[in-house]
Amino acid sequence: MAGAGGGGCPAGGNDLQWCFSQVKGAIDEDVAEADIISTVEFNYSGDLLATGDKGGRVVIFQREQENKSHPHSRGEYNVYSTFQSHEPEFDYLKSLEIEEKINKIRWLPQQNAAHFLLSTNDKTIKLWKISERDKRAEGYNLKDEDGRLRDPFRITALRVPILKPMDLMVEASPRRIFANAHTYHINSISVNSDHETYLSADDLRINLWHLEITDRSFNIVDIKPANMEELTEVITAAEFHPHQCNVFVYSSSKGTIRLCDMRSSALCDRHSKFFEEPEDPSSRSFFSEIISSISDVKFSHSGRYMMTRDYLSVKVWDLNMENRPVETHQVHEYLRSKLCSLYENDCIFDKFECCWNGPDSAIMTGSYNNFFRMFDRNTRRDVTLEASRENSKPRASLKPRRVCPGGKRKKDEISVDSLDFNKKILHTAWHPTDNIIAVAATNNLYIFQDKVN
Amino acid sequence: MFARGLKRKSADGEDSPPAPPSYSLQRQSLLDMSLVKLQLCHMLVEPNLCRSVLIANTVRQLQEDLSLDAAWRLPAPPGAGRGPLERLVSTDILCRSPWEQQGGHSAPDSGGSPAPDLCELPGAPSAQAPRSAPGCAWEADRPRGGFQASLDQILETLESRAPRAAEGLFADVDGPYYDLDAVLTGMVGAKAVPGDGFEALASAGAPPPGSSCKRDLGELDHVVEILVET
Repeated sequence: MAGAGGGGCPAGGNDLQWCFSQVKGAIDEDVAEADIISTVEFNYSGDLLATGDKGGRVVIFQREQENKSHPHSRGEYNVYSTFQSHEPEFDYLKSLEIEEKINKIRWLPQQNAAHFLLSTNDKTIKLWKISERDKRAEGYNLKDEDGRLRDPFRITALRVPILKPMDLMVEASPRRIFANAHTYHINSISVNSDHETYLSADDLRINLWHLEITDRSFNIVDIKPANMEELTEVITAAEFHPHQCNVFVYSSSKGTIRLCDMRSSALCDRHSKFFEEPEDPSSRSFFSEIISSISDVKFSHSGRYMMTRDYLSVKVWDLNMENRPVETHQVHEYLRSKLCSLYENDCIFDKFECCWNGPDSAIMTGSYNNFFRMFDRNTRRDVTLEASRENSKPRASLKPRRVCPGGKRKKDEISVDSLDFNKKILHTAWHPTDNIIAVAATNNLYIFQDKVN
Repeated sequence: MFARGLKRKSADGEDSPPAPPSYSLQRQSLLDMSLVKLQLCHMLVEPNLCRSVLIANTVRQLQEDLSLDAAWRLPAPPGAGRGPLERLVSTDILCRSPWEQQGGHSAPDSGGSPAPDLCELPGAPSAQAPRSAPGCAWEADRPRGGFQASLDQILETLESRAPRAAEGLFADVDGPYYDLDAVLTGMVGAKAVPGDGFEALASAGAPPPGSSCKRDLGELDHVVEILVET
C-alpha cells in the first residue's frame, strides 16, 4: 500500500512517504547478545533518543540542529552519551544471577540544563543525570596543564585559576538507586504527571516511589495469591495517566486492563474500571489465552484513549468504554494458523511494544522479519514496512511490504513460511511531535523520517 | 520457525498428500510439549513467570479438554495408525476451535484403529493421565483429577526443591531464555533429566500404533517419578 506521499497531509501513519534516515549499530551478521537493543525512548522534546541493551548499557543520541543551508534535511541523531547503567549481579540469598538487561527507560521532563532518565533492569531502578560540561579550570598552582604535580618549592608566584571553554563533554552520573523493592521481574516504569513520583511494576506487584526517596516505596497493587499454586494471572505492563496524577492502568496476561485511582484507597487492588473484550467463541483454541496476553499498554497523548498490544493485534480503548475496544488492528493475522509452531519455538511469548504518534492519529508496532506496521486511525489504512540494510540508502523511500498468507504468492510478496522469526521488532518509538520513528531491529537502531517535499 | 529460504519438504514422497495428524494426537503432542516446557522452566535458575503461568494455564485447559472427551465418550478418532508424526508440522487443526475439529471427526478410516487392548487401561495402577485413546471406552468414574493430581505433584515437588523461595513453582529466578529455546528446538542438553525419559516425552507425538496410550501414561509417570526423586 504505497503512501500518497503528498505534502501538507496531516501527520498520519501512511499519508506520508517514510524514508530511511540513519542506522546505528554493527553490520556484522554475528550479533553479540549484549548488543541486542531492549528498549527505545524519545525524551519529551524529541531531541534526545535513548536506547538500552542487554549488556546493561544506555546510549543516548541527540538530534543535531537543522542545517540552515539545507533546510529540508532534518537533523540527524548522533551519539551524545554512552554509559553502563546496570551491571550483572548475583543474588546470594537465592543463588541467582540478576540480568543487567535494561528493560525500560523513561525520561523525566526537563527542568534545568541537565537531563534525567530512569532506567531499570529486572530488580533495580536508577535515576541518571546527564549533564554537559563545556568549561574547565586552567591555571592551577599545584599542577601543570598536563596534570603533573608541580614541586611546591619551585612555585614563586600564585595565580587564580580561570575557566576556559573546552570540547563538550557529556557526563552521566547515577543520582538515585531504587533497589530491593521487587521480588519479581520489573516489566514497567512510568513517571507520573506530577513529576515527583513514578511507579514500577513487576509480575505481581506495583510500587509507587518518590523520586527523592530511595529507601521506601509504597505498594499500591499486589496480586500475589496466598498460595502460589493458585497463580493464574500476572501483571504485564503498567502506566500512569498522562494528565491525571492519581490514575494508572495495568494489563495482565489474561488480556485484561485495570484502571486504578489512587485516591480511592491506599492499596489499589480494587480497580475503578475493568477493560476486557469478550472472547469470540468461534476463534477459541488452546492458544487463545496466550495470544490474548497483553504485552504493552500505552495511553494516548490526549489521555482519552489507551492502546494495548497482544500477540496478533493492537487494540485502542476509549477509557469510558470498558466492555470492548473502539478499534482493533490486525498486526499479522496470517500467524493465527501457525500458533502451534510459534508455541513450540517460544515465539508466541514474544512481547511486542506499541506507540502513538504525536497527534494520536497513528499507531505503530513491530512484527517478525524486521517488519513493522503502522495504522492510520483516521483513514483506516495500514502499511507494512521493513527495517533492513538493503533499504539503507540515504533518504531512500521505504517500499511497503506484503505478506502472502498462503496459496499463490504474488510478485514482491513474501510467504509466511519464508519469514525470519529471529528478526523481531519488539521496540519502536515515535518522536513526540515530528514524523520521525526509531525502530530497534535486534542490535541495530533504524531511524526513519517522512519525506519533506 | 524456519531458516530463511528453507522450504519445508513434503512429509513423504507418496502421491497422496499426507493426512494431517488427528486432533487427539496433536492435543497429546501439545500437552507433552507443554509439560516439557514447564519442566525445563524449573531446571533453569529463574524462569520467566509470565511464560510459566501461561504454559501452566494451557496445560490445565488441555487437561479439561481431555476430561471432557472422556466424559462424552467420543468415537475413536482416526490417526493412531496414520503416518509417523516426526515433528509437529504446522498444525492449524489445533489452532482451530475444538468443535470445528469434531465436525471433521467422522473418519472413514477407523478400519486401522488400534487393538482393543488399549481399553484395558482402567486397571493400570500407574495410569495417571486420562487419554482419549482410539477405541478406548473411558470410564466416567475414573478420577477426573488424575491428571490434575500429577500436575499438582509436579508443582509441589518443584516447590520443595526451592524451600527458601516460598513461591515454589513460580520462584523468582532469572534464567537465560535462549538456553531454553536451544534445548527445546534442538532437544539437547537435558541435563537433569535422564535421557530416555526426556526423549520419550519428546517423541510421544509419534507413537507406534496400538501402544500409544500405555506408553504415554508410562512416560508421564516416569517424568513424575523423576521430578519426585530430584
